[in-house]
Amino acid sequence: MKEISVFDIIGPIMIGPSSSHTAGALRIALIAGKIAGGQVRSVRFRLYGSFSKTYQGHGTDRALLAGIMGFDPGDYRIRDSFAIAKERGIDFLFDPVEEIDVSMHPNTVDILMTDEQGEKTSLRGCSVGGGNIEIVQINGVNVRFTGEYNAILITQNDKPGVLADICSVMEEKKVNIAFMRVYREDKGSRAYSVIEIDGSVESDVIETLRKLPNICSVKYLAK
Amino acid sequence: MNFTNGTALLAYCEKENISLSEAMLRRETELSECTREEIFERMRVSLGVMRESVRRSQESGLSMLGGFIGGESGALLARLREKGAVSGLSSLASAYAMGVLEVNASMGRIVAAPTAGASGVLPGILVAAEEKYGYSEEELVMALFNAGAVGYLVARNACISGAQGGCQAEVGTASAMGASALCELMGGTPRECLAAAGDAIANILGLVCDPICGLVEAPCQKRNAMGVSNAIICTEIALATGGKTLVPFDEVVEAMYSVGKSIPYQLRETALGGMAAAESVRNRKPACAGCPDGCQKARGWA
Repeated sequence: MKEISVFDIIGPIMIGPSSSHTAGALRIALIAGKIAGGQVRSVRFRLYGSFSKTYQGHGTDRALLAGIMGFDPGDYRIRDSFAIAKERGIDFLFDPVEEIDVSMHPNTVDILMTDEQGEKTSLRGCSVGGGNIEIVQINGVNVRFTGEYNAILITQNDKPGVLADICSVMEEKKVNIAFMRVYREDKGSRAYSVIEIDGSVESDVIETLRKLPNICSVKYLAK
Repeated sequence: MNFTNGTALLAYCEKENISLSEAMLRRETELSECTREEIFERMRVSLGVMRESVRRSQESGLSMLGGFIGGESGALLARLREKGAVSGLSSLASAYAMGVLEVNASMGRIVAAPTAGASGVLPGILVAAEEKYGYSEEELVMALFNAGAVGYLVARNACISGAQGGCQAEVGTASAMGASALCELMGGTPRECLAAAGDAIANILGLVCDPICGLVEAPCQKRNAMGVSNAIICTEIALATGGKTLVPFDEVVEAMYSVGKSIPYQLRETALGGMAAAESVRNRKPACAGCPDGCQKARGWA
């Protein structure tokens, strides 16, 4: 857990009305959009719990769509995100789920995206209060990260030696790893590494990681 | 340098002979990869957004998402101009705080402090104090670091969201932050600041979070005004008594946390109890005014 900054308390600077239902929702979608590579053609938002009940009155829908398009929480364009998304040819749909699942955080959203190449990406995020968030699933695999750090998301084949290769790139490029976690679908199939780092990385780090064997994709998620 | 509770913060301030704001600025400088000047500048930007949110609230034509509030701040200010204040700083600061909640509910830009639901309290107090007493920009920016220290301690040791701890955690914390910030502006010592902050939470202990239709409008807007008035009273008490208090700040925070955990689910931002369940409003639908794309009909509300 990162230390609480004074700007977590006096902040974020945001478009109202709710830090959890507007700014937090936007931040989940912002990460989703980055993972999808910023070329989202169509997106469906499945809203759970409190999100499903109050999303219109909190502008949660507009904020989610704004996040997919890469707007920050203080951007006035959030108000007009429906019109802007239509202009950009993005199809969007909001799907409030009526049933209550008590095992889920009350402010949860599933974001299902299709990019220009027809590739599908999904993500589940929770808005945990004060604009803070947790990403808890990517493409159906349970993960956990908060977006408080700059992060590198790697999709890889679950083979011996892949992690060692990744770590040696980080060592060579002098990137300090704050946290690193690995998640996988099934033994020997696809796995995900979430590497939260101190500071930021240059694009050559990402490029070098992409060239490693058994790496499917590398995404840089700047905080 | 770091501190994890009020006792440690106070000890550090007294040892170094510095203010709470200075301690918080030092902490942030050590934690982050930025210089003291960069951090100060970033906080100056937040002050600017707060001032702007107060200014915007005085413009006409704001339309609220829910349509449950609107124009209250203007009405208070008009009365203030015509008939004078009932209670000095408090009336002006409350009017401003209510205005910021109007800006927030109309999808305007605000600074969450510590949350959007309580975002009126600090700008209300600081902008009104600036107008009445002419504090410098530097003093006001430092007051935000002071407020940040108090909010950080509550967030670290308890909670600051209505969903977790009720309104006592949200407006209660904002009120404590405002009380401490104002106390420092008024020349109070770190001890007096923390006493004011502790009293502010203690006075609101137990307050539930029961927004009508689940939206950040009512009763949130008037509770921000209450948070302002409460902060000002607690500042005055702390300044007058030298920060004398039976229960230290950390224990008040602990009590608030414990009360928060015992507040039932229906009264923690779920809109199932309290004011939200009152007969006159429980079946109301949000107006969704100001919706730029006429989605009201599309959503089946019209």
